[in-house]
Amino acid sequence: MRNVVWKWGAGTVAIALAFVVFIIPFAFILFTAGKTQAEAAALEFTWPTEWVLFENIVTVIQTRDFLLVRAFFNSTVLTVVAVAIMVVLAAMVGYVLQRRRSRWNPLVNSLVLAGLIIPPAVVPTIWVMQGLEIFKTLPGLIAVHVAFGLSFCILLFRAFVATIPRELDEAAIIDGAGPIKLFFRVIFPLLRSVIVTVIVVQAVFVFNDFTYALYFLPGDDNATVQLTTFNFIAQSTSSYNLLFADVLLITIPPLIMYIFFQREIVGGMTSGAVKG
Amino acid sequence: MTTATAPASRSRDDVSPPRPALRRRMKSSYPTWFFIPAGVFYVVLFLVPTIASFYFSLTRWTLFEVDFIGFDNFVRFFQEPQLVQGFLNTFIYAFVTSASKVVLGLLLGVFLSSQIIARGFLRATIFFPVLVSTIGVGILFKVLMDPFGGPINEILGAVGIQGPAWLTDPSIALLSVALVDIWKGVGLAALIYIAGMVAIPQEYFEAAKVDGAGAWHNFRHITLPLLRPATVTVVLLSLIGGLRSFDLIWAMTKGGPGFTSDVLASVIFKQYQAGFFGLSTAGNVVLFVVVAAIIFPLSWWLNRKGDEQ
Repeated sequence: MRNVVWKWGAGTVAIALAFVVFIIPFAFILFTAGKTQAEAAALEFTWPTEWVLFENIVTVIQTRDFLLVRAFFNSTVLTVVAVAIMVVLAAMVGYVLQRRRSRWNPLVNSLVLAGLIIPPAVVPTIWVMQGLEIFKTLPGLIAVHVAFGLSFCILLFRAFVATIPRELDEAAIIDGAGPIKLFFRVIFPLLRSVIVTVIVVQAVFVFNDFTYALYFLPGDDNATVQLTTFNFIAQSTSSYNLLFADVLLITIPPLIMYIFFQREIVGGMTSGAVKG
Repeated sequence: MTTATAPASRSRDDVSPPRPALRRRMKSSYPTWFFIPAGVFYVVLFLVPTIASFYFSLTRWTLFEVDFIGFDNFVRFFQEPQLVQGFLNTFIYAFVTSASKVVLGLLLGVFLSSQIIARGFLRATIFFPVLVSTIGVGILFKVLMDPFGGPINEILGAVGIQGPAWLTDPSIALLSVALVDIWKGVGLAALIYIAGMVAIPQEYFEAAKVDGAGAWHNFRHITLPLLRPATVTVVLLSLIGGLRSFDLIWAMTKGGPGFTSDVLASVIFKQYQAGFFGLSTAGNVVLFVVVAAIIFPLSWWLNRKGDEQ
């Protein structure tokens, strides 16, 4: 009896609270994005008297010569390429790190931890990038994301490789597989579930990144989507409808990822809490 | 993302040693050069800049020239009130956000592990802000917290509370941003605790029930101690994130009003924008030292205490 009261009573209260605290703010984005400029300027949480969401989105997309379209293109290229490189390189490291005991392991392990903890030194990174002539270029930003994101991926891969039986390696070696064939043909396909996790977690992270793009890829020509919001902040303080239409657009990709890959995202981001 | 996974993978190495004839081939089957491609990215774009930052922090550095000036940048860093304020704010911000995430995350985690309706929906809802772009959240709450007619104060006014000037009042601007940080990040903390709750064997609770333990005893003597690994993860993650935090503060206050909500990361950006590269890099070194001095001993201490139990 007490359980039933708890189940329904506490559940209902929690739903009401979650609605106020978490859902209303997102509804506010949607409503404001659907209003006319004058109505949006009142900053009220109301149903739009006249829905102009589609017109607002079209305006946002056309602003500054279709900047947002280019930004979406840039962000997509950035996310896809950076995550692809990260996955392959981190899987290679995590695999060898787990399988072979070499004198390099303690060093590599501590570098991985350092990469997780230490904040990147910004201006010296720019200095190195200028030396390599990749500052203010998309490949430069991709390389930076790879460098900063590897550590997290390596940890996930190393833990997962431990669950793959060594007998598989032995069998492949007896069949004459060399190291590259062994890794890419035998091991890599077996990593599929952790690869999915790494891809979705890092894709959300790279897509949402603002700081690195601000530092390493400034300028409008190759803006990423997170930077486009500043157009509408700077432009005028009164066009809140356009600003929120932009926010709405850049929120949609992570939302789609979340709907399809909720389990992988949650699993990847909370891993380690149990094993200690 | 977490430092806690490290030791888990070791046991496999001892299982089924390869037969002697295979051993040499096995060894070369795991070539050390697999480290190299990742290592190139890491060394060139992370390690080299980090080491170089120690040198550049001792210079007056502009686009065109580098002058060695010793510790002047650091002296300046701890003399100018606005830089000192940023330094102190970093600790306040990190402490407030991570303490709140631990407490709220624990409560939510335990609550969302109990038998209630719509559990999955509630979990999904509180976690979603974690995935939304920080800039988007910052813009959203900047409007919601607007002192003149912003929805939050309108609602508070409707129930008779005079809402504060969240982001424009110098004494609470930093805490307002911290509040939004907690709103955005508490879902991750709660889910880490839920993952920890799942790992607690039900037998413990059944045994405690036989012994006549109540809900509070269960929580205090079973749940809390066994959630320790989760707590370690939440504390370390949110401290690392909190100390380095930049984009939310930048989107909401840009360090203002004045410099009352500046933190180290925003000071670094402002000095960089102003062309004081040496000073900016000194800020980076200070941040590096702060993070290392807090996180390394803390994680060592937390993990060691866990082993003793």
